[in-house]
Amino acid sequence: MPYVPHDDDTLQAMLAEIGVARLADLFEPVPPELERAAFDLPEPLAEPALARHLAELAARNRVDRLSFLGAGAYEHFIPAAVTHLASQSQLYTAYTPYQPEVSQGTLAVIFEFQTYVAALTGMEIANASMYDGATAAAEAALMCLRLNPGRSRVVVAPNLHPEYRAVVETYLSNIPGVEAATLECCAPYAEGGRVDLNRLTGALGEAACFVMQSPNFFGLVETELAQIAEIVHAEGALLVVAVPEPMSLGALAPPGHFGADVVVGEGQSFGGALSFGGPGVGFFATRQEFLRQMPGRLIGKTTDREGKPGYVLTLQTREQHIRREKATSNICTNHALGATIFTIYLSVVGRTGLVSLARQNVQNCAYAQYRTTELAGYKMVFEEPVFNEFVLRGPKEAEGIRQACLAEGVDPGLPLGRFYPEYDDCLLVTVTETKTRADVDRLCEALALA
Amino acid sequence: MNYEYRNIFEIPCGKSWEAGEADTPPVALEEFYPAEFVRDDFGPLCDVAEPEVVRHYTRLAAMNFGVDAGFYPLGSCTMKYNPKVNEAAAALPGFAALHPYAAAADAQGALQLMYDLERYLCEICGLEAFTLCPSAGAHGELVGMLMTRAYHRSRGDDGRNVMLIPDSAHGTNPASARMAGFDVVAVASTPQGLLDVGDLKAKLDERLAGMMITNPNTLGLFERDILEIAAAVHGAGGLLYYDGANLNAFVGRARPGDMGFDICHVNLHKTFSTPHGGGGPGSGPVGVADRLVEFLPIPRLVKEGEAYRFESNLPNSIGRIRSFAGNFGVLVRAYAYLRHLGAAGLREVADVAVLNANYLRARVARFLEVAGEALCMHEFVASTAKYGRGSAADVDKALIDAGFHPPTTYFPLVVPEALMIEPTETETRETLDAFAAALERIVADLEGDPHAYAEAPLKAPVRRLDEAGAARKPVLTQMMAQTEGE
Repeated sequence: MPYVPHDDDTLQAMLAEIGVARLADLFEPVPPELERAAFDLPEPLAEPALARHLAELAARNRVDRLSFLGAGAYEHFIPAAVTHLASQSQLYTAYTPYQPEVSQGTLAVIFEFQTYVAALTGMEIANASMYDGATAAAEAALMCLRLNPGRSRVVVAPNLHPEYRAVVETYLSNIPGVEAATLECCAPYAEGGRVDLNRLTGALGEAACFVMQSPNFFGLVETELAQIAEIVHAEGALLVVAVPEPMSLGALAPPGHFGADVVVGEGQSFGGALSFGGPGVGFFATRQEFLRQMPGRLIGKTTDREGKPGYVLTLQTREQHIRREKATSNICTNHALGATIFTIYLSVVGRTGLVSLARQNVQNCAYAQYRTTELAGYKMVFEEPVFNEFVLRGPKEAEGIRQACLAEGVDPGLPLGRFYPEYDDCLLVTVTETKTRADVDRLCEALALA
Repeated sequence: MNYEYRNIFEIPCGKSWEAGEADTPPVALEEFYPAEFVRDDFGPLCDVAEPEVVRHYTRLAAMNFGVDAGFYPLGSCTMKYNPKVNEAAAALPGFAALHPYAAAADAQGALQLMYDLERYLCEICGLEAFTLCPSAGAHGELVGMLMTRAYHRSRGDDGRNVMLIPDSAHGTNPASARMAGFDVVAVASTPQGLLDVGDLKAKLDERLAGMMITNPNTLGLFERDILEIAAAVHGAGGLLYYDGANLNAFVGRARPGDMGFDICHVNLHKTFSTPHGGGGPGSGPVGVADRLVEFLPIPRLVKEGEAYRFESNLPNSIGRIRSFAGNFGVLVRAYAYLRHLGAAGLREVADVAVLNANYLRARVARFLEVAGEALCMHEFVASTAKYGRGSAADVDKALIDAGFHPPTTYFPLVVPEALMIEPTETETRETLDAFAAALERIVADLEGDPHAYAEAPLKAPVRRLDEAGAARKPVLTQMMAQTEGE
C-alpha cells in the first residue's frame, strides 16, 4: 500500500519492540471466526491507472451543456484566488480546532465566517456552520421548539425548497414530547406564488415557528416579510427564513431587517463547486438572546496570556462532547472547509464585487424573463419580482421540453412537476452572472424548437 | 516570521476585485424591488485588494497545524495522510461542475461511482445496503436511530424507547439517540476497560430499542465479547448500532456485519482518508442488514440494465435527511482511495494502524500509565493523573512546543487526565520514536516539577488563550468585537 511507510526490516523490529512474533498476533483480541480471509473488491490501481479510470468516469458526466439549473445549487464564477487559498493543506488537513494555539488559522477564518453570515443576514450572531441549508432549517425548527416549550407544531411554507421541507419533516418526526409536530402547510400559496398572508394567521395556532424562504423556491422575493413577521410574532411564534441563494443578499436587504428570528441557508454560491450537490455549507444566524440554545460550534475572540488577540471554541457546554444527551444538537463534524471557501470568496470579491455580481444576476435573469416570454407558447407564471430564477410555463409537459432542449445542448432548467404536480408544464429557469446575452438567446432557440 | 495578527476586517479597505459588466440590458434594482428591499448596508464587508487577501489567508494557514505539516495523533479522529490524487479526482470538471439536478443521463459517471462505492462499503462492512447521504458520522447516527425507530414501529412494537450506550462512548451517540426521541441508559465499563456484559444484561428488557457500540471502544480495546453482546441485544429484541469512528482498526480484516451489527456508519474522513477540512466536511454513509433496507433515507440509487438513477418513491423510508444526495466531493475521494488500495491495501491499513499504535503504546507504557490490557488496537489511552489535575493539558501544550499536534485529551471520560493517542498507519517509525521521546522528556520534567509546563506553549503563534473569558463574555463577530472595544 503506497501510503504505509515501513519496509519489512522496520516492521520486524517494531514487532520485536511490542513483544510479538507476527502481525497477526496483534489481532489476538478479535475472535478468529470474525477474521475474513478474502474481500471481494477490485484489484488495486496504481496512480496512473487510477487517474485514467477517474477521468473516464468524470467524462461520463455531461457538464458541457449550457445549463439553467439552480433550485438550491447555483453556478457562479469562482475567482482563482479562492480555490488557491482554500487548497492550502494546513487548512484542509487540520481537524476541529480543539487546540487553539495551533489552530489560529481555522479559528480566525471561522470567526470571519460568523461575522460575514451575521452581517449579510442582518442578524446578531452566527455559528461555525451546519451541513447544508436543509439541515440548518431543521435545526432552526428544533431550536424554536426549545425556545417555545409547550408548543408542539412547526409550520412550513409550501414554497420553501421541497427538499428543505422534507428534511424538516424527517428531523421532527421523533421529537420527544412533540408527537403532534404536524407539518401543516399554510394552504396553497397565494396566487402570486408567495406566502399568503390571509391564510397564515389561521395556520399558526400553537406553532413554535414558521419556516419560509426568500427568494422562495419559485425565485420570488418575499417582499411582505415585515408583515409576515408581524403575524408570526402576534401568534407567539418565531420566524425562520431560509436563504438557499445568498448571492441575493448582495442586492436585497436581509431578512434580519424585517423581523426574522433565525436566518439559515446554503453557502455553496460563495465559491463552492456544484459537486453534484455536496459538500456545500449550511449557515445559521439568530438573535443574541438565543445564544445558549443554538446548535453547533461557536468561535469567540479572546486574548492570550500576553494580552494578544486570539480565537477559541467557546460555549461548548451546549455541545454533545460535553452535554451528551442534553446537548442542543448532535452535530460534531460540520462543514468548516465550506465555511472557509465562503469566507475567502467574500474577502476576494469584496463589497463592490458582491454588489456587482448580484446586480448581474438580476439583470441577466430579467433579460431571460423578457426574452423567453416573447416565445410563442411560453409565459411567466408569477408576476412578482425575482432575483435570479423564475417559473416559466411552456406549451407542454416540462420534462418533454427539457429532453428536447438537452438534445440541443441546453439544459433549460428544472421541471417542477417532480415537486409540484400542478406545475408539471413549468420549468424553474435560473440565470446567474455566468450567462451572457448569447446564452439566453440560445436558450430561447432551444425552447422554441422544443 | 512574525506577522501582525489581524482578521480580514482589520485590514484597511482598498481596491476592489472587478466583476466586469454583463452584456444584457442594464437595470436599476429600484425598478424591481420596493425601496426598503434594496440593500445599502453591508456591515464590515469592504474591498481588500487581492494581493492583501492572498497574504492574509496564507499567513492564517501558516498559523494552523494540519496532517501535511506533522504528526497529528488525535485519538478517534484517524488523522491519516490525505492522498493528493484524491484531491485531483474531486476537482475534475466532470465531477466538480455537475449540478445535483442534472438529468440522470447526464450524470451516469457520478451515479456509477456512487453505486460502486455503496457496493464496496457493503462488502467491507458485511451489510446488505448502504446510503451515502449522511454528511458526517453524527448525521449517520441520527439516520441509524431514526431507522431503529421506524423498524420497531413497523412491527407494531412502539414501546421500545431505551437506547443503551456505554459510558465510554462518543458524546454524539447519546445526543443522536436523544434527537430521535430515545431515552439514553448508560452501560458500565469493566476495570479492564471493556463493556460490562453483566451490567448490559441487567438492563435488557422489553423497553430496549437498541444499543450503540464503538468497536474497538474509545480506549482502543476490541470488545472481545461482541458476539455474546450481539446475541443478548438481539435476544431482547433490540438492534445493534455500530459507530464506525474506529473502523480503521480492522478494516479489510473483519466486518461489523459479521459481528452482529444491524446498522453501521463509516466515517469516510477517517478510515477512507478524505481530508478533515478544519472540522469538516465529513461523510457518514450508513449500512444496514437486510431487514432494515426498506427504511433507508431517500434518495436511493438504483441500477436498471446499465443505467443508474435516483429513486425517491419509497414509502417505508425514514425520508430525506439533507438536500441532494450526499457530500459527493467526499465520496469521490473515498472511492479513489478504495480503488487505489484494493482489498490487500485495506488489510494493510488495519495491520499497520494496529502495529503503529501498539509500538507507540509499548514505548509510552515505559513512563506513563496506559489503560487496558496488554494489546490495543488502533489507539490507546495514557493518563497523566499522577501529575495532578490539569497535567494532561500541560502535556498537550508542551507537545506543541515539541512540534507535534496534541492527542485527544480528557476523553474518554472514564479515564482521568486522559491522552488518547491514535498514530494511524501512515506514520514512520522515526516519527513515532520522536514523539515518544518528546513525551518521555515532558513527563520526566513533570516528575521534577508538576508545573514545569504551566506556561507552555512558548513557540506557537499565540500563548495560552483565555477560554473562560471567551465564554463569560462571548465575542462572536467583528461587530461584537467593535462594540466591546468602545
